[in-house]
Amino acid sequence: MNQPVNLPDANGLFGSFGGRFVAETLMPLILELQDEYAVAKNDPEFQRQLAYFQGDYVGRPSPLYFAERLTEHFGGASIYLKREELNHTGAHKINNCIGQVLLAKQMGKKRIIAETGAGMHGVATATVAARFGLPCVIYMGTTDIERQQTNVFRMKLLGAEIIPVTSGTGTLKDAMNEALRDWVTNVDDTFYIIGTVAGPHPYPAMVRDFQAVIGHETRTQMLEKQGRLPDSLVACVGGGSNALGLFHPFLKDPSVKMIGVEAGGKGVKSGLHAASLNGGTPGVLHGNRTYLLQNEDGQIADAHSISAGLDYPGIGPEHAWLHEQGRVEYVSATDDEALEAFQICCRQEGIIPALETAHALAEVAKRAPTLPREHLMVVNLSGRGDKDMMSVAHHLGDKFGMKNA
Amino acid sequence: MNDASRLEHCFAALKKENRPALVSYLTAGDPDAATSRRLLHGLPAAGVDIIELGMPFSDPMADGPAIQKAALRALENGQTQAKTLEMVRSFREQNSTTPIVLMGYYNPIFCYGVDRFLANAARAGVDGLIVVDLPPEHDEELCQPAAQHGIDFIRLATPTTDAKRLPKVLSNASGFIYYVSVAGVTGGSAPTPERLENSVSQLREHTQLPIAVGFGIRTTEQAATIGRFSDAVVVGSALVDCIEYASTPDDAVERIHGLVSELAESVRACRR
Repeated sequence: MNQPVNLPDANGLFGSFGGRFVAETLMPLILELQDEYAVAKNDPEFQRQLAYFQGDYVGRPSPLYFAERLTEHFGGASIYLKREELNHTGAHKINNCIGQVLLAKQMGKKRIIAETGAGMHGVATATVAARFGLPCVIYMGTTDIERQQTNVFRMKLLGAEIIPVTSGTGTLKDAMNEALRDWVTNVDDTFYIIGTVAGPHPYPAMVRDFQAVIGHETRTQMLEKQGRLPDSLVACVGGGSNALGLFHPFLKDPSVKMIGVEAGGKGVKSGLHAASLNGGTPGVLHGNRTYLLQNEDGQIADAHSISAGLDYPGIGPEHAWLHEQGRVEYVSATDDEALEAFQICCRQEGIIPALETAHALAEVAKRAPTLPREHLMVVNLSGRGDKDMMSVAHHLGDKFGMKNA
Repeated sequence: MNDASRLEHCFAALKKENRPALVSYLTAGDPDAATSRRLLHGLPAAGVDIIELGMPFSDPMADGPAIQKAALRALENGQTQAKTLEMVRSFREQNSTTPIVLMGYYNPIFCYGVDRFLANAARAGVDGLIVVDLPPEHDEELCQPAAQHGIDFIRLATPTTDAKRLPKVLSNASGFIYYVSVAGVTGGSAPTPERLENSVSQLREHTQLPIAVGFGIRTTEQAATIGRFSDAVVVGSALVDCIEYASTPDDAVERIHGLVSELAESVRACRR
């Protein structure tokens, strides 16, 4: 078997996935970014700054917490939560934003742009832009603005300009199209902070590397706590940055099983879902070849998920590769399953997870009961659920006496 | 391979006339299949020298609002890759000289199947391809196979294409070079003619291929100015806008063929 850990190749390919499918206008910049990142990766001063901000600003390392009550509740595997929701801004997204903004500064860029779905990447980007004194423009679909108003307000407080995107379905894919249009127009002075392990090379590898701090810490922490590696890792997958961040440092360890959980929406068979690997086919979008939700004529389909952060018709190219290699198992959880797991986590652990994260917990609910207590299962608690109160109230409001939600 | 392609014939003839080519862009199937067919068939008579026909895509990342809307109109009315190729085939039954270049994004071609697409495109009478999201780094995907089918692969050069990058961009280019006048999306702001003339003359030092200029050209005045120093002038969004503003299909056909006639007159007179 190929060593997935050494990919991508020089052309940004993971097998046949990935690549640099962008307009010529962007190519010189993308090649420059690739070179700058290659230098930064091995530059002790860059790495020192990154470590400093990850520690004192983000609050790393995030704890690896033994979820005793959740373990008891499911009555099987020992469940550990990697507490990424405790990071500054409340999700794993900032790990990547800190890395990219340092690179933007190094490249002398004067303006930051980003796309956002749930708003967590937008908030994290607005945050680092504020910290480094750079003007920031966030593209966000109108549907997402509606369901993530708290995050919209947060971004505005942080000084970002929010540009509502009405094209398409007004979700993450359309926001990404619009951010790419901005980038191609302002190519000289603008740095595009992509929020997930997708887009043209070097983004999938670069975002993965910045997020791999999650897996590296988990490895050290589990060795300290249990003297051995975890048996399984579970994470939700939209574009797939929190999952790859956790998985990647373990790819060479055959004993560690990995499960990525896609958003099943109303069920993969219903056609209303965001499960690109379980319900999609290979294609080319947003600069890379990967699995996409699309019709047979190559027109991109709308994704459907209760969670804005997973509502994307594609997935990072490295996940497509890991899926085809069989190294990672990709499953899906429906909206209803995620909502159920969301409530269990609230009640059992006193932790309100993001709806995205609740998809990973839904898989834990299915899998943990079948496994013995010795089985060490790590779940990436990728984000906190404060931002989802409106959506959750909309679905569960009646149950909690919130009639008008 | 043809001894001389339709594109070569076209540019050779225009060189004798000492005028640039007028290149029109319309999206196939916009606003609907029947109107789109009428529009296409009437373009040569209205004065178009080379036809660019857009293959609609749901996520046109390099296009501004006008062409985005055109793609959505076409897709909503059921346009497919197969129907676009069929439009070309039916056009060729009546016209064997006007070059047709298909323009779009890679995914619809990839999903149709590259070999099948190229074979059917060649059979239908397609002369060239412009695929926005296939830089030379991915030439093995479509550019090289297209050459084997006798279809030109038209490369975009842009204001960000520096001296270091240019040889790569020109390496497998054929047909003509499409100079993107401004960094940005289609239908955006107009380029300044001085800078543009400079860029085109620099480009000419590195290629024998004809140079077309497009992006942001809307008026007869702009077409005339740019036509003085380029081999072809591409007008797209301004034509596509006519469809949006038209009250009926007949109105759309009239407006577009009317604007094309004015542009054609302008490029025919621009070097006199």
